[in-house]
Amino acid sequence: MMHTFEFIGVTHDIDSTLIVEEKWLFACHADDVPENGGVCVKSNQEQIAVFNFARRGEWFATQNLCPHKQQMVLSRGMIGSTGDQCEPKVACPFHKKTFSLVTGKCLSGDEYQIKTYPVKINDGKVYIQVE
Amino acid sequence: MNQNGKLTIVVIGNGMVGYKFCEKLIRKSSNFNIVVFGEEPRPAYDRVHLSEYFNGKSADDLSLADISWYAENGIRLHLCNPIKKIDRHSKKIYSFKGDEQSYDYLILATGSSAFVPNIPGIEKDGVFVYRKIEDLELIKSYGCKANKAAIIGGGLLGLEAAKALLDLGIKETHVIEFAPRLMPRQIDNSGSMMLQSKLLELGVQVHLNKNTSTVNGNGKIESLIFSDNSHLDIDMLVISAGIKPRDELAQMAGLELGPRGGIAVNDQCKTSDDYIYAIGECALYNGMVYGLVAPGYEMAEVAAVNICGNTKSLTGFDMSTKLKLIGVDVASFGDAFIAEPDCRTIVFEDRYKGIYKRINISNDGKFLLGGILIGDATSYNILLQTVNNRIIIPPNPDDLIMGSRGEPVEKAGGGVMNLPGQALICSCEAISKDAICSAVTEQGVTTMEALKKCTKAGTGCGGCIPMMKDLLLGTMQANGVYIKNTLCEHFNYSRQELFDLVKINSLKTYNEILELYGKGDGCEVCKPAIASILAGLWNDLILKQETIQDSNDRFLANIQKGGTYSVVPRIAGGEITPDKLITIGQVAKKYNLYTKITGGQRIDLFGAHLTDLPEIWEELIDAGFESGHAYGKSLRTVKSCVGSTWCRFGLHDSVSFAIEIENRYKGLRAPHKLKGGVSGCIRECAEAQSKDFGIIATEKGWNLYICGNGGSKPQHAQLLAGDINRETCIRYLDRFLMFYIKTADPLTRTATWLNKMEGGMIYLKNVITNDSLGIAAELEAAMQQHINTYRCEWKAAIENTEMRKRFSHFVNAPKEKDPNAQFVAMREQVKAKEW
Repeated sequence: MMHTFEFIGVTHDIDSTLIVEEKWLFACHADDVPENGGVCVKSNQEQIAVFNFARRGEWFATQNLCPHKQQMVLSRGMIGSTGDQCEPKVACPFHKKTFSLVTGKCLSGDEYQIKTYPVKINDGKVYIQVE
Repeated sequence: MNQNGKLTIVVIGNGMVGYKFCEKLIRKSSNFNIVVFGEEPRPAYDRVHLSEYFNGKSADDLSLADISWYAENGIRLHLCNPIKKIDRHSKKIYSFKGDEQSYDYLILATGSSAFVPNIPGIEKDGVFVYRKIEDLELIKSYGCKANKAAIIGGGLLGLEAAKALLDLGIKETHVIEFAPRLMPRQIDNSGSMMLQSKLLELGVQVHLNKNTSTVNGNGKIESLIFSDNSHLDIDMLVISAGIKPRDELAQMAGLELGPRGGIAVNDQCKTSDDYIYAIGECALYNGMVYGLVAPGYEMAEVAAVNICGNTKSLTGFDMSTKLKLIGVDVASFGDAFIAEPDCRTIVFEDRYKGIYKRINISNDGKFLLGGILIGDATSYNILLQTVNNRIIIPPNPDDLIMGSRGEPVEKAGGGVMNLPGQALICSCEAISKDAICSAVTEQGVTTMEALKKCTKAGTGCGGCIPMMKDLLLGTMQANGVYIKNTLCEHFNYSRQELFDLVKINSLKTYNEILELYGKGDGCEVCKPAIASILAGLWNDLILKQETIQDSNDRFLANIQKGGTYSVVPRIAGGEITPDKLITIGQVAKKYNLYTKITGGQRIDLFGAHLTDLPEIWEELIDAGFESGHAYGKSLRTVKSCVGSTWCRFGLHDSVSFAIEIENRYKGLRAPHKLKGGVSGCIRECAEAQSKDFGIIATEKGWNLYICGNGGSKPQHAQLLAGDINRETCIRYLDRFLMFYIKTADPLTRTATWLNKMEGGMIYLKNVITNDSLGIAAELEAAMQQHINTYRCEWKAAIENTEMRKRFSHFVNAPKEKDPNAQFVAMREQVKAKEW
């Protein structure tokens, strides 16, 4: 089955002189992603985990690779939050290393860092900013 | 007094008591220069636990304080420096090394040496005393060549020495005691007999009423001759026949001694010289030398207080002791020997388990006077408190040692929280219950470590640590600090509390529960825990709330290295038809799966891509298989041996019973995984006693064992009921499993659950077999509901298009497999690429 990646270019003003072009990848339909869970999106050679944090009405995206044992599984992890500030996080299913969905920092005491991506929902479709 | 205006205190002896004196003195005042002379090469160490030196503890482990502790506290410590002379007139002491030191006050803490009886030949090679680390080193190096050893002295220290010899691997060990019983100062004849038979089991032979007359041998010891003309061939002898106070210095200085030695002291620990105190085992108080650490510490306290200018007096000592001798509990407390008609005595004797308990009750039945415990001394602390605080005992005093109708023994006595405030909890450090409770209340102590640091309680022999724990928790609870094992930061409830809340309110989803009882957004701890509660209560399809399940439950398969999954169809009782075996083989071949027989008598197929799982299961289900729940915290397998259908030893049909049980409980979700086993006879080929529940056929029916497991901490299952019929066995199992599901903490196996349970097996047995909580019917009904609502969740998953859609790696390329999941060849199959 072939897949086409739909990019939409969006331009906007930053202090009235600079014009930046962003690339947004159409990932899937919003209802393809389970509530309060994640799916894995294929983007060229990358794998991106997209999370539908329905309880907070927020969406997040990170790399799918857990840096601990180099496994492509973060999208299958459980999400939740931690601390007084309710920092959103995902737990890797293998050894329960947790990572902030906002900063990508490892929250369980290791020096790991994962990539995070902006996500937006437009007309029931999920877009990830890949560049 | 020297130039800085401080008094100089000189301590001779750096043993446990000498050290304790220094510690107490510096805590009370900084107005002293302290100088310590010790003759041993190392600073004070814990002689009470000396025999642990033989099971691997080092001299450093036994040390009471680092050498730097003395320097930090301004104490001048001279080691390897024995004292030659005390000059009372000039108030100076002189050491063999030529040091000279003047004192304002002198503390004699010279301790004792081993008493060596005057037996001809005692000077031969291979004869040792048991007293110092150096002695132990000598014993250790000689002992590795010895085959047969004896100990003269069947007292406390002699039996410790016997343990040391056992630990050294000496094959034959004898204990020789002059008196008609072992530990004559602590236990009675019946107690001694029980202890003797326990010792024999461990390879220690005891000879009582034996008086050694000669040590024979040519240069080195070869045998002992006794006064009854019998003899014993040995190649090593350890003498532990009592202690002799080290009073030579005091004698030379002209201090008053007792008729049989010991430096006489008054109730302020002062000798016949106003400037010299004697404490510990060198001191003679009330005509007695005390060879225990608690009286020594008390003397250290009294001497320190008096030197600081205050008054404190000795008030007699509690000689109660509890110790573990060669793995056997031995305790004696209060007036252990008082006998009728001065009291009434209750004796409990269990020769099968090697337990002997005796308690002496006042004639009016109100007070406990003392007693002896052999084989099981768990109730020692509370019994000792009952004696010391003159607590009125329950109307059935036997409850004190037997426990009342399934209640743990601790409860029968009222528990440590009911003790009066002045009750002495730590007798080594003389710390009262009030002192411990106020550390918790006023200084906000919340951990055992902090409590020990703050009060010093529990730092001596350690015997009071269980009571300290109870006091810590009890006081915190009394102060309204509610301590419990809450689920996680999102739920301030234990699993059991949430279980009841969810049940009472008929809650069916995680979101409702989080909304009502939690905060934040949940996490990887509370989500699966609540998923387990919901499954245990309602047994609804877990895929309806897939994102609160752990990854294995979410995809109904076990995630493996590389992110592929393994597939385990149920093969109840390990019984499988040739056709089904063929199906498994065909499926494995088609999807390139590695196959292996599991420990639970079924077949695991590894290396399945997420995308292939629904098709694999479709084929398996078509062939009559169903989910094996290998991925869940749920019933796994019930292992069986072939039993009476084929085996010539089998008593009953264990396979049929195992299949029945496995099918009854299949899909049952619990706080942790559950495994069972059924064996057709006592040979136990199904290893049922290593399972959460195990059933073994007997001539008359079945024996039911519960709460065992293998794993990192193996534990045998314990007998719940014997010779029961099939129906009773199932009924008890229903109750047991549901009670576990209802009350255990998350991820707690049945063995750990039982270990943590107050009242232990007696309590659990009562709940299950006597319905002591009145919930048996409810538990059975809950199990029946589980059985009625069981559905194979894989069948449900593949029949539902929405659910089936979830089994893909890429949401935007559902047919593609994860290119990162890679395999390498191994023995004609594949394995996951190493990570």
